[in-house]
Amino acid sequence: MWEMLNDPNLRWILMGSILLGFGNGIVGTFSYLRKESLLGDVLAHAALPGICIAFMLSGVKSVGLFLVGAAAAALAAAALTNLISRRSRIKPDAAMGIVLSVFFAIGIVLLTRIQHGSYGNQSGLDKFLFGQAASMTMGDVYVLGGTALGMSLICGLLFKEFKLVSFDPAFGRGLGFKVTALEYALLTLVTVVVVTGIQAVGVVLVAALLITPSVAARYWTDRLAAMTVLSGAFGAASGAAGAWISSGVNQLPTGPISVLAATGLFLLSVLFGPKRGILSKLLLRRQAKRDWISKQLAKAGAGAPATQAGTANPAGERGASL
Amino acid sequence: MSGFWIVLTGALVASCCAILGCFLILRRMALIGDAISHAVLPGIAIAFLMSGTRDSIFMLLGAAAFGFIAVFLIEMFRSGGVQSDASIGVVFTALFAVGVVLISLNARNIDLDLDCVLFGEIAYVQWSTLEIGGADLGPKAVWLLGFTLVVILLVISLFYKQFKLTSFDPALAAALGIPVALFHYALMGLVSMASVSSFESVGAILVVGLLIIPPAAAYLLTDRLGPMLVISVAVGIVSSIAGYAAAVALDASIAGCMVCAAGVLFAAAFLLSPKHGLLALRRARSRAAA
Repeated sequence: MWEMLNDPNLRWILMGSILLGFGNGIVGTFSYLRKESLLGDVLAHAALPGICIAFMLSGVKSVGLFLVGAAAAALAAAALTNLISRRSRIKPDAAMGIVLSVFFAIGIVLLTRIQHGSYGNQSGLDKFLFGQAASMTMGDVYVLGGTALGMSLICGLLFKEFKLVSFDPAFGRGLGFKVTALEYALLTLVTVVVVTGIQAVGVVLVAALLITPSVAARYWTDRLAAMTVLSGAFGAASGAAGAWISSGVNQLPTGPISVLAATGLFLLSVLFGPKRGILSKLLLRRQAKRDWISKQLAKAGAGAPATQAGTANPAGERGASL
Repeated sequence: MSGFWIVLTGALVASCCAILGCFLILRRMALIGDAISHAVLPGIAIAFLMSGTRDSIFMLLGAAAFGFIAVFLIEMFRSGGVQSDASIGVVFTALFAVGVVLISLNARNIDLDLDCVLFGEIAYVQWSTLEIGGADLGPKAVWLLGFTLVVILLVISLFYKQFKLTSFDPALAAALGIPVALFHYALMGLVSMASVSSFESVGAILVVGLLIIPPAAAYLLTDRLGPMLVISVAVGIVSSIAGYAAAVALDASIAGCMVCAAGVLFAAAFLLSPKHGLLALRRARSRAAA
């Protein structure tokens, strides 16, 4: 692990993955509480055509342009999902599925057009499917660092407001908060973290960095502030593990490894989380059983003379009646 | 001739998916279809590593097993207190990641590349043909998909009433003594089967397009399950034909074009459906206002 830190390239990759995981984890907390976990998945898949169009229009592989294209496409997808589920009898889950697959299909069509077409240096565009953390440079790390910092700042400043729209938007509206604006702000944050994550993790799996750390963090605490920080920490740890393991083993893509690391943290949380974890539930059940048995024993012990008296009584009655 | 086989394969994929998708939409489980189509990947990879061939019954079994594992895990975490959307998200991304890692680790030994997993290579179906006793019987994919379609049709038509009732009113179905959980898992098994037999031609991710879009279009056009199934299959078949034509014209991914064509048909239904379309609803509203 430590010799890795001597290689400046790997150091950037490690830094980038950690920052990325952190930002995703923080924002993911709010999408988890708003039951919008899978929206991240839709936005990520939907970003693909945006990346392709940005490349086709500009002809250069500029990460900045790709991010703009991806964000535009993702926001269009979010608007369409809303339109379909609000203006027809299609349910929200089906609307998400439709938008996800149509946008992804458009992306695939454009990608194959680019590959077959006369666009000169197209190689590497398909790296966006699974991401390529190995190509991360110092500039990317600054972008990721800026995003992570911005995310933490915005979430910190608007913490109370986000808390309100996550738990009880109707109440927030009643209090006079601009709930719709806040919802759009959260949507924008999700779009930004997903889009910046695509480069490292890829469109197919980036949503996992949003979902899994926050679900894992939910097992440890009932307080939103603690959950947000913990989720960010889990995300950062998964990013670090992904970068570290994939740098050691040839041919291993960083994105899927980060996702598996996050899943590992999730499983640990399911097992060992206080109160909600399987182990503590088992212990609680055993404790309850023991309490119950000892209570019954105590009752039986205290009741023993009473039952003797009880059995003696009917006998006495019988005796009396006889 | 190659065009014929490609369109036939596409139409078979679309029919399998369109039938099952209707039930998924009605049960509000559209995203479970998405999850299963991702989650079968490790099953495909493991079966492929063990058997070394692309067209084995092992692959079908392996994928179906992982489809079941995914559904089971999602149910388990949900009953353990995780929100259902998050539970779906955690499970399918984890399984998909396992599949990607397995394939990348063995990339040298097996010819199963990730592009193919993602968006399929329907253009190659005619190169791998089924030969029995020296007679060329056509592409293997067509036989596999045909077999899957027959199984789906058999199961659905034998238990049509049960599937219908469990989709619309599971509580009533349970009260009448229909094993609701059994039919839930039967449907999930069929979805896994359809995902894996289609994955080679349309890829793991685009399967979900054909699972959801044609039934959603049909859902906007009718209020009855029977016609919904027929319309859904028709939309699926039309999109595979139109998609192939578009792909030839554009020189682009055939499976991608098929899903885009389905998307165009859905958009038409969304806007123009006589009863549930956007324009019809708007007209009804303005009439009510007047």
